[in-house]
Amino acid sequence: MSALTSLDRPNSYIGRSVPRPNAKRLLAGRGRYVTDMTLPRMLHVAYVRSPYAHARIVSIDAQAARGMPGVRLVATGEDLAKLCTPWVGAMDHFKGMKSPPQLPLPIDKVVWSGQAVVAVVADTRALAEDAAEAVSIEFDELPAIVDIDAARAPGAPVISPELGSNLCFHGKIDTGGVEEIFANAAHVVEEEFHFGRHTAVTMEPRAIIADYDASEGQLTVHHATQTPYQFQDIYARHYGIPESRVRVIAPDIGGSFGMKLHVYHEDMAVVGLSMMLGRPVKYVADRVESFVSDIHARDHRVRARMAADADGNILAMDVEDVTGIGAFSAYPRTSVVEGNQVYRLMGAPYTFRNYRADLQVVFQNKVQMSQYRAVGHPVACTVTERLVDLIADRTAQDVFDIRSRNLIPDDAYPCTSPTGYQFEALSHHACLAKVKAMMDYDGLRAEQAELRAKGIHRGIGIASFVEITNPGPAFYGVGGARISSQDGAIIKVTPSGDVHCSISVTELGQGTETIIGQIVAEHLGVDRNRIKVMTGDTDTTPHGGATYACRGAGIGGETALQAARKLKANVLAVAAAILQDESEKLDIQGGWIVDAATAQQRIELSEIARIAYFRSDTLPPGTQAQLSVAHHHAPQGYPFAFTNGVQACHLELDVETGLVKILKLWVVEDCGRVINPLLVDEQIRGGVVQGLGAAFFEECVYGDNGQLTNGSLADYLVPMAVEMPDIEIGHVETPTLDTQLGAKGVGEAGTAAASAAALNAMNDAMKPFGGTVAQVPMTPARILKALGHI
Amino acid sequence: MSDLVKVTMTVNGSQVSRSIEPRNTLADFLRQTLELTGTHTGCEMGVCGACLVVLDGRVVHSCLTFAVQASGSTIETVEGLSERAAIADLQEAFHQRNALQCGFCTPGMLMTAHSLLSQPGVPSREEIRDALSGNYCRCTGYEAIVDAIEMVARKRYEGVSAAQDEEVGA
Repeated sequence: MSALTSLDRPNSYIGRSVPRPNAKRLLAGRGRYVTDMTLPRMLHVAYVRSPYAHARIVSIDAQAARGMPGVRLVATGEDLAKLCTPWVGAMDHFKGMKSPPQLPLPIDKVVWSGQAVVAVVADTRALAEDAAEAVSIEFDELPAIVDIDAARAPGAPVISPELGSNLCFHGKIDTGGVEEIFANAAHVVEEEFHFGRHTAVTMEPRAIIADYDASEGQLTVHHATQTPYQFQDIYARHYGIPESRVRVIAPDIGGSFGMKLHVYHEDMAVVGLSMMLGRPVKYVADRVESFVSDIHARDHRVRARMAADADGNILAMDVEDVTGIGAFSAYPRTSVVEGNQVYRLMGAPYTFRNYRADLQVVFQNKVQMSQYRAVGHPVACTVTERLVDLIADRTAQDVFDIRSRNLIPDDAYPCTSPTGYQFEALSHHACLAKVKAMMDYDGLRAEQAELRAKGIHRGIGIASFVEITNPGPAFYGVGGARISSQDGAIIKVTPSGDVHCSISVTELGQGTETIIGQIVAEHLGVDRNRIKVMTGDTDTTPHGGATYACRGAGIGGETALQAARKLKANVLAVAAAILQDESEKLDIQGGWIVDAATAQQRIELSEIARIAYFRSDTLPPGTQAQLSVAHHHAPQGYPFAFTNGVQACHLELDVETGLVKILKLWVVEDCGRVINPLLVDEQIRGGVVQGLGAAFFEECVYGDNGQLTNGSLADYLVPMAVEMPDIEIGHVETPTLDTQLGAKGVGEAGTAAASAAALNAMNDAMKPFGGTVAQVPMTPARILKALGHI
Repeated sequence: MSDLVKVTMTVNGSQVSRSIEPRNTLADFLRQTLELTGTHTGCEMGVCGACLVVLDGRVVHSCLTFAVQASGSTIETVEGLSERAAIADLQEAFHQRNALQCGFCTPGMLMTAHSLLSQPGVPSREEIRDALSGNYCRCTGYEAIVDAIEMVARKRYEGVSAAQDEEVGA
């Protein structure tokens, strides 16, 4: 008899690859995105944008535009400032951080090229755009502060004079002892790294419809966002509407990746425009607007060095990171979080204890930078892993051996990183061994040597990483941001014995509704086809953090699990009353109340529901059936659930042209309990490809005058199918003991280390030529330069 | 603004006539006038492939086609192909393989796959990846999409082969 696995249990869904029920409507062309929606009497807004990166607004002449066909309103910054209070993107726990107040539209000054200045609302978008062309704005151009060094130079013009300088935040970490270690170390390696600004490029651009009904004082916002509760709070507070009168609905979302949880000026303006008009107003960013108004990310210059002893044992790291974030810090999550994670994640997989870092977050005349998938991780991982490879070179060790020597041992947990991160349990060595076997590392090295002799230059790169998931209130709440770290669920049994779960984590296509359904099915004891999961509506779901920082499965999943168990106890109490039995002796399997010991079917769940809802007179006196339950779960225990893993990249470099063929990627990842392997693997693959985009293609290129020079999908390169490799994935499972579910996050793991593995592979391929590269994206021109060809 | 122009075309098997502005793209006409919102616009410059539709048997960018240019043509969108079950096997394979996440690019992907698989033979993975390179997807990393199309290509080919064998046998 073969051994039973956990999947052989009744109602076992956790750990099973099942497809997403809600994907069927998307496949049939029946998705309902905000972009697709129309409401009765709906109007459309187009914005007049600044052509300058930095300029005073001298005057605005909208007279002609107001007379154009179909135009209902032309509004300026002054008009909207009468309705909307300013916001400041700062949090208390970043000591000394500062940022100027922001309004939906500027009043006297523009601070980046593409900033929306005037809103034109008309019957159709085309008419609004026609009229926008007739708006005349006189600007007085100011010097553009673009370069991160020039912005910090003494006497540099200050973008927001009231702040005194262009420095948003200056952070330091110092464990002590670093100077002495570097002075005496057998090996010191160092490098200056450059990370190109890039952006999310969601396939559906930002989209919002605000619908203010003055008769009820009710604001309803259909918003392509991953965090509807955060926006309910923001719209209520900044427009002075009671929270109970603000409803935010996030229907199908065409990609998000962290980009759709920030406050955007155009989106805030739409709410005010709807209030001014008493009609629904729709704004959809076109692709060019997306490039100049969506957040960018990862613009970092990092100078870093690493010290090791004669055997290659890493002793210390010393890091200086300067990052340019645009003209202000994004709201409400701030633009310091990325730099903060960069300088705290450095060296995180390794045992060394001495660390010093300096972080400067700098204002400049570019579009705002803020959180995007795998916030800070790719930067920290690339710097660390490249330096580790340089130590390997210096000590003549293999890249696997140097990591085996220095990674935190799998039995050393719990422990902390030098920057204070607490690790519950990670599995670096198990992952390293697994990826080495999966990729047939020795075979690839032998092949590499053979091919080099034939003039074919392949590179192999690996990168270990840790990922921050399941953030507790230490992430935002303690800083004063009204962003929840808890989630809530309401589950009910319907009169027919079906199950309805409304939960605050949101669906972006990653499969939230599917895994919540699996968890409820397993822990309640019903078929998952009888469960409907509802998300994304602040009126019909409990308040929660929703989806950010890899929290959906770990926090939302645990919420659903505990809610399902609570409901199950209630169902069994009613069943026990009906069956004249003890509820402890009963269980639910496959939608039946069964004898727990024998699995013998006693009464169907639908029958319990029928009696409870329609024939309560037949229940014993005093029995009040509670077939709806609410449950909230906030993470406790560790402040974050860290995950870990390793990626390996295999590529072929054409040394004549600088062109690269990415041959294959391998990822071994430990996200704790895997709820749905199919969905987890596709999260990783999608994440890897975004990381490879950053490694090879994606960069927002600015001119010296602060103009974005490649802001269209024809000029800004994103990975295409033909350029991307197959990606092989393996898992190690170390569940967190902080929850019963044991799941951690996985959405950022792919992106976290892909560019690091690619950069190491590229340097490996270039080794015979003596060139090195420490900049992403690794464009053919940069490669040829590194090879000395240009 | 200019005078309205009458266009007539067959969309998903039904003839439609509307008076529209000449500047309306086919994508806008399908999405806004006919409310066929399965066709998406991701870049409106013919790069991303979210707006692909079948026009007189060829897959075209509806964002680069004026609706007046399509007058007299026969158009099929994802809604039409779904309703006549022309891509049911592709949709099922995409579903089982989780070859979509946010789903915004998916109708365009299905158009390209439908067109590719209407050619004889079984395309290699490299050929599938090549064919998909006018369709951007930011969620999946493409591999699952390639897997799903490859699986359907094989099944369709096996189905054709089996039918031919049967004919020979008879």
